[in-house]
Amino acid sequence: MNMSIDISFKIGGEAGQGLQTIGYILAKSLARGGLYVFTNQDNESRIRGGHNFYQIRISDNKVENLTEEIHVIIALDEKTIIEHKDELVRNGVIIFDGEKISVKKYDENLLNVPFERLAKEKSGSTKMANSVAIGAAISLVGYDHSFLESVLKDEFGSKGAEISDKNIQASRAGFNFVSENGIGEFPYRVKKIGDSQDFIFLNGNEAVASAALLSGCKFVSAYPMSPSTSIQQFFASKMKDYGVVFEQAEDEISAINMIIGASFAGARSMTATSGGGFSLMVEGLSLAGMTETPIVIVICERPGPATGFPTRTEQGELEFAIYAGHGEFPRAVFAPGNVEQAFYLTSKAFNLAEKYQIPVIILSDQYLADSYFTTERFDISSIKVDRGEFFTESQVKKLGEYKRHLITESGISPRLFPGQKLGLVVTDSDEHTEDGHITELADVKINNVNKRFRKLELLKKNIGTPFVYGSKDADTLLIGWGSTYGALKEATKILNDQGSNVKMLHLSEIWPFPVEAVRNELKIPDKSISVESNSTGQMAHLIRAETGIEINKKILRFDGRPLTPQYILREFRKGR
Amino acid sequence: MVTLKDYENGETAWCPGCGNFGILQAVKKALVKVGLEPYQVLMVSGIGQAAKLPHYMKCNLFNGLHGRTLPVATGAKIVNPKLTVIAVSGDGDSYSEGGNHFMHAIRRNIDVTYLVHDNQIYGLTKGQASATSAEGFVTKTTPMGAFSKPLNPIALAISQGISFVGRGFSGDIEHLSTLIAEAIENRGFSLVDILQPCVIFNHVNTYQWYRKRIYKLDSSYDPKDRNAAFQKAQEWGERIPIGKIYTQDRLTYIEHDPEIESNPIIEQKHSLNNFNKILEDFKI
Ligand SMILES: Cc1ncc(C[n+]2csc(CCOP(=O)(O)OP(=O)(O)O)c2C)c(N)n1
Ligand code: SF4
Ligand SMILES: [Mg+2]
Repeated sequence: MNMSIDISFKIGGEAGQGLQTIGYILAKSLARGGLYVFTNQDNESRIRGGHNFYQIRISDNKVENLTEEIHVIIALDEKTIIEHKDELVRNGVIIFDGEKISVKKYDENLLNVPFERLAKEKSGSTKMANSVAIGAAISLVGYDHSFLESVLKDEFGSKGAEISDKNIQASRAGFNFVSENGIGEFPYRVKKIGDSQDFIFLNGNEAVASAALLSGCKFVSAYPMSPSTSIQQFFASKMKDYGVVFEQAEDEISAINMIIGASFAGARSMTATSGGGFSLMVEGLSLAGMTETPIVIVICERPGPATGFPTRTEQGELEFAIYAGHGEFPRAVFAPGNVEQAFYLTSKAFNLAEKYQIPVIILSDQYLADSYFTTERFDISSIKVDRGEFFTESQVKKLGEYKRHLITESGISPRLFPGQKLGLVVTDSDEHTEDGHITELADVKINNVNKRFRKLELLKKNIGTPFVYGSKDADTLLIGWGSTYGALKEATKILNDQGSNVKMLHLSEIWPFPVEAVRNELKIPDKSISVESNSTGQMAHLIRAETGIEINKKILRFDGRPLTPQYILREFRKGR
Repeated sequence: MVTLKDYENGETAWCPGCGNFGILQAVKKALVKVGLEPYQVLMVSGIGQAAKLPHYMKCNLFNGLHGRTLPVATGAKIVNPKLTVIAVSGDGDSYSEGGNHFMHAIRRNIDVTYLVHDNQIYGLTKGQASATSAEGFVTKTTPMGAFSKPLNPIALAISQGISFVGRGFSGDIEHLSTLIAEAIENRGFSLVDILQPCVIFNHVNTYQWYRKRIYKLDSSYDPKDRNAAFQKAQEWGERIPIGKIYTQDRLTYIEHDPEIESNPIIEQKHSLNNFNKILEDFKI
């Protein structure tokens, strides 16, 4: 790609060695110089030991995905060198502590920086070895140490000036060591390119959780499950300041029923989970459909079936999200592709849920949930809270006594919350009369089914058109959805830069399915390829079911690792 | 002044002679006793014969899924503590399908009144054993007699430190309605386990069977004495106590977070300006 800066760092080590902190601090220091940063972590499901890594990509252009080409490896253990040395580009460098790791067997570009010894000399303890490592990396790429200093101050300031000072001294020791004993001219250099004021740095889960708060979500109940837990914790951390409530439920069945109760009583409510937890929620999902109770469910997918790979990524639940639940009822399903989409679609999800009194699902995955992006500050003023139609004093005359499930032309029955003199609010998971009482009459059932599905017709008008990118009259179409947005876009660009004629079609507002919009783009079904992080090509199934068009070619990844542009290109070329 | 008439509503679909009629009567009476109007009350019921009860009176109602009354009731109470929330269902719904929620509602001490129609049988699904069926009880699913020991909901509740637990009998409406009224007025999670004859599927635990055995706890009994209560909870067989068995003062879920009560969630006007700072967490 035509970038003047496009560099990736990989920090590897065992769980418990503080990879996340190093990665986050390094990433933030780079972002402070106005660079676009994307990070992702690859963790095993354990608290200590094993092999984990944290990857950072920076550029002067927007980056929204990983790449497989690594320029700098920071190895906190020997395994990192063994496993990742082949990912280094030509002239790439591995920074490691030669007093801890013996490396005689490797002939790669090695930069020996005694992390622990320098830390001990500067701060009296080896604890700050990680700061030495960050300083060394910053120096290697020729970046300004002052950004790192300011980030260290922010991150460790709360622990007291002494701790933050010692970290700064340690990082400077690493920085100076490399300046003095470096490897000469390192070709991959980074410099400040601008101000970071108009940018923010956050991951997919933070985008969802903050959008929920800004959109007036007042109640979240959930049960911890990776990779959704940080949504729960973010919301919980705001309880004191904002008067919202997070309640950790005894299980996911309880969680979804709690938010249904809260929503019925009048509060915007949400739950977050992963596929396993969502499986437990399915009966509740159907309950929300039947009782026309608005709720938002976030599913952060991880590889299944069953417990699968608890800390990794997959797009295995598209069809599950769309079809889950016994019986037939309308819903919406969104699958954001980056933090911006995660933010704005979450906000939209709450409005649609309440306007149409339906469950709305946000389908994310570990890759999006845990990846940090720099992005333009979100436009908060564009957030509108639309809570839909309500039964008011003035309608008593027109509509008579309050009926929670009044049959209307639109299918939408004005809402009322229980506890008001205006009327009694009655609903039932059994099929019910307009006033919410249990019934078994055949024509009532037919009327209700039709009423509920009239809402779907209106809902369809709210679904945005899919994102299209690349060459206009392409001879190849790459189709994707959800978190693979960035990888797909880069793959498309690389292919076109190399002379191919490729277009990409990305869906983030997936259900109700934008049938016409997709059909219009699918002019070359034989030359269309569905690119997905699953083993069966669920989007291809869906397209066939909804449009009748068959997509036979697929590029699929289902090893629990995120799709990269390089993976897509390799598979693409295999097919030629 | 609210009267019984304010709560009257429609026909029932229960069998003639069913214990549920007495419970319905007692619930309405209790609500009149505590002086609540129907619009102030939210009943949450599950699935089963018992769970139909709120359809036969006037109140707000969320008739949800089998076993899931308490989570719905909890969510509603948290966001609107002004509502009087009553969950009502059968022994199958409450002690089997919803057993986990029962334990956690005790821990949470959410201010909800839980009425369990305990007929020791599954009525709606036509006669299978329930969690409280006696050992040896023959049903369609236990043709050789139930093997599993019956659950003792009252002992379980006391052991977990419930705020209020009592046992009532659907054949004594006056006593039952007083007990339910007390449970509603109790701050905290309250369970009333109600002995309810099912005249169709339970031919052992009949009105007569109960009348021979039950006795009312009187003023000589101290429901604040946990050990005594635990002993009372074990009494079953020849003599069965009814009344308030155990109660203790405990901080409720709502009280532990005074904000929820002073600034109820459903009354908060959402203003974007108050939330401007949220994105500051992500500034570079
Ligand atoms: C998830 C689920 N499982 C099973 C059922 C079927 N079912 C309905 S009511 C019931 C048991 C009823 O027994 P109980 O709760 O004691 O109520 P009763 O009818 O005796 O009042 C069962 C098993 C259901 N509705 N939902
Ligand atoms: S089956 Fe039993 S519990 Fe159900 S209505 Fe008839 S008598 Fe009552
Ligand atoms: Mg029963």
